[in-house]
Amino acid sequence: MFETFSHILLQQYWWIIVSLLGAILVFLMFVQGGQTLIYTIGKTEDERTILVNLLGRKWELTFTTLVTFGGAFFASFPLFYSTSFGGAYWVWMLILIAFVVQAVSYEYRQKPNNFLGKRTYETLLFMNGLLGTILIGTAVATFFTGSEFSVDKLNLTRLTGDKMPIISEWKGLANGLEAAFNLQNLSLGLAVFFLSRVLALLYFMNRVRNSEIMERVKKQLLINAIPFVVFFLTFTIWLMFSSGFAVDPTTGLVSMEPFKYFHNLIAMPVVAVLLLLGVAMVLVGIIRPLTCFVKCGTKGIWLSGLGTILTVFSLLLLAGFNNTAYYPSTFDLQSSLTLQNSSSSRYTLTIMSYVSLLVPFVIAYIWYAWRSIDNKKIDIEEIKSESHTY
Amino acid sequence: MEHIDFSLVDWSRAQFALTAMYHWLFVPLTLGLSFVIAFMETLYFRTGNPEWKRITKFWMTLFGVNFAIGVATGIILEFEFGTNWSNYSWFVGDIFGAPLAIEGIMAFFMESTFIAVMFFGWNKVSKKFHLVSTWLVAIGSNLSALWILVANAWMQNPTGMHFNPDTARNEMVNFWDVLFSPVAINKFFHTVLSAYILASIFVIGVSAWFLLKNREQLFAKRSIKVAAIFGLAASFLTMLTGDGSARNMAKFQPMKFAAMENLYEGQKNAPLVAIGILKEDAKEALHKKQDFRIEIEIPNMLSYMAFLDPNAYVPGIKDLVHGNPAYNIMSYQEKSEKGKLAIQSLADYKNARKAKNDSLANISLTKFEANYPYFGYGYYAGRDMHELIPNIPLTFYSFRIMVGLGFHFLALFLVVLILTNKDKIEKKRFILYTALWTIPLAYIASELGWIVAEVGRQPWVIQDILPTIAAVSQIKSASVQITFWLFFILFTGLLIAEIKIMVSQIKKGPAIETPEN
Repeated sequence: MFETFSHILLQQYWWIIVSLLGAILVFLMFVQGGQTLIYTIGKTEDERTILVNLLGRKWELTFTTLVTFGGAFFASFPLFYSTSFGGAYWVWMLILIAFVVQAVSYEYRQKPNNFLGKRTYETLLFMNGLLGTILIGTAVATFFTGSEFSVDKLNLTRLTGDKMPIISEWKGLANGLEAAFNLQNLSLGLAVFFLSRVLALLYFMNRVRNSEIMERVKKQLLINAIPFVVFFLTFTIWLMFSSGFAVDPTTGLVSMEPFKYFHNLIAMPVVAVLLLLGVAMVLVGIIRPLTCFVKCGTKGIWLSGLGTILTVFSLLLLAGFNNTAYYPSTFDLQSSLTLQNSSSSRYTLTIMSYVSLLVPFVIAYIWYAWRSIDNKKIDIEEIKSESHTY
Repeated sequence: MEHIDFSLVDWSRAQFALTAMYHWLFVPLTLGLSFVIAFMETLYFRTGNPEWKRITKFWMTLFGVNFAIGVATGIILEFEFGTNWSNYSWFVGDIFGAPLAIEGIMAFFMESTFIAVMFFGWNKVSKKFHLVSTWLVAIGSNLSALWILVANAWMQNPTGMHFNPDTARNEMVNFWDVLFSPVAINKFFHTVLSAYILASIFVIGVSAWFLLKNREQLFAKRSIKVAAIFGLAASFLTMLTGDGSARNMAKFQPMKFAAMENLYEGQKNAPLVAIGILKEDAKEALHKKQDFRIEIEIPNMLSYMAFLDPNAYVPGIKDLVHGNPAYNIMSYQEKSEKGKLAIQSLADYKNARKAKNDSLANISLTKFEANYPYFGYGYYAGRDMHELIPNIPLTFYSFRIMVGLGFHFLALFLVVLILTNKDKIEKKRFILYTALWTIPLAYIASELGWIVAEVGRQPWVIQDILPTIAAVSQIKSASVQITFWLFFILFTGLLIAEIKIMVSQIKKGPAIETPEN
């Protein structure tokens, strides 16, 4: 089947998959958001235990999605992997360190003789939530704002001179950290941070059976939803007015085009609908529990979660589709990465596409497994009766 | 002017080695213990005996403690291919990325989903579904090992690809060649089987401690029995696959093989040095012939091990570096000249294409393709060819200690199995102490295996095609030094925490089984 696909079609197919994985990852980062709320929402030891266990049972899903997102990006667009990871070194390293501490913090937090103490592990969970979300949001924003790097495959043939034979060279001063000083990037980073907290609150509403916690959740929902909306709108409106990185489909040359992302939205009405629908679902998911808390509060996570997936998915499609350079270089426009110049070969994408057919099956068994063990709300008694707790 | 930043290359290597070695401290126990748990739960499912459930749950708790830190160190490895080996990621990403992605889609989700059912599903799903989930965790973790080992094997023996000069990278042309290369198959089985040995020793050692403390006799003996059978089977198969590894190495990586054997001059009827101590100190001896202070040889064995023929000629380090026309072995000097020609022809080709000079492009391409098998050697043109020799003492000793320990493990499995069957094991305190102290030895053997595999292939990231000096990322050496030490502190802290928690959990012993848990 996939053998009949052209290279560009396969590249687009894989951009859709990578975008979808990225979108699901942002949704699942409610785990990170929740980690920054443990002390805000949980005032007693038992309450915090409920929250940590609720989040702890989902950390692997987020983590696995992140790993698969990385692997899929590597396999389908290896030039991005080599240019961004090898260049924006410090951003990715900080993201990595933030994620490394997460798994062990859950597993070791409650265990006796755990060397660093419970509070340390809780602090590490907080750091993971704070840094992980803001930095990933900031890194994704550079898909629209650009970074400073050059790519020259001829570098591979350097045998003498004063430079190493390395294809991608980062020109930004702080190996990626400079991205965090760009206000547009930062607005997306902060939007992701507050969104992850909002989603976590909606998740708590869906899963916790404890009235004290619920009161605080409701209060926090508004406190976090407002900055989320402000930062998200700042980024999106800015984006619609920004110049973008257009690719000439025949020559492959990259040039600046005013209102490029707005043009992309007009040129791809399906994406525009998905984006608007996504944003609307996120907002309704937040507003409904605020207005009729007891009756309709529990479903918000699904509405806002799906809305998040649609929104992020369509934003990433805006970054890569309609002849746009998805990882632009402001140092050298022609070094910008496009779906065509950074992807794997047609053969590899074909093989990988067959593997991608497993994805619906994977989603189905994840759904089935979790429905089997996660079918009722949780309180402290349920957690205490478990043989495995966090 | 020196254009290679060796400090950057060395620190990047150090960081990757640090991450890989820490990661490997946790992975083998996960791979093996997942099966041990699955066997035990199967026994519980079949017999309905709650003691088996108790045993399963105890090992499951230790599995959980170990699993978390394995996952944490694993993610860094995946991303370090990009952060520290940028050129590598592009040069072979078309081939290497695929197994990594398949690993995520096929294995990681299976592992992480069913691990949740395994831990939290005892009272929520049927016994059968729970058992299936436990088995799927074992299969998922071992499947993830398959894909990353396929990728590693491909680096040792690149196959199924073609270099595309337009994109300046290797592209996959046959997925099945990559997946089913003899090196990949052998590497997978050798690695996971050795992991089963480690996990079996862990189970036996911990159970031995309970017997020494006169606690949990039934639990300990049952655990020992399951682990000894598993470990014994794995030991025999590890020997077989180890033999296969040696033959693959002799065929595809003769320098690694020569370094592992400290074979300076090639010979027919080459003997195997079973036990040997090198004469000169390691620092001076790196690029010189090293004699043995003490050696015990097995005649003809090395020739047989390498080529299944006691008369076969096994090339030595000198033959490989300086060439040996009698056996058709090209010198490194000649290879580096050909490699240089390949690199220059690639530049000529790309420049000609840019200038739209098709005839020059075609000539350059022909020249390039004729010399491509030596591409990586080109980066060493004008350098001392001895830089292409790996660290001999480290490879030589690592191999011998690993094999020696392997025999010790085999003997231990046999002895404890016999003693458990005779129901006498609790009285043999010496054997119990030996079993307990074999736990660290299993970890040492496991790490040494990777040292042989990875140090022995230096300086190649991709055998003959891409050396480390052309694979790194263009970042400041100081940045890598900082992250190296950050990771060092982080991993060491987490390792201490893991060991302390593990010891506490073991001391606590298996919980008393009640209907609720």
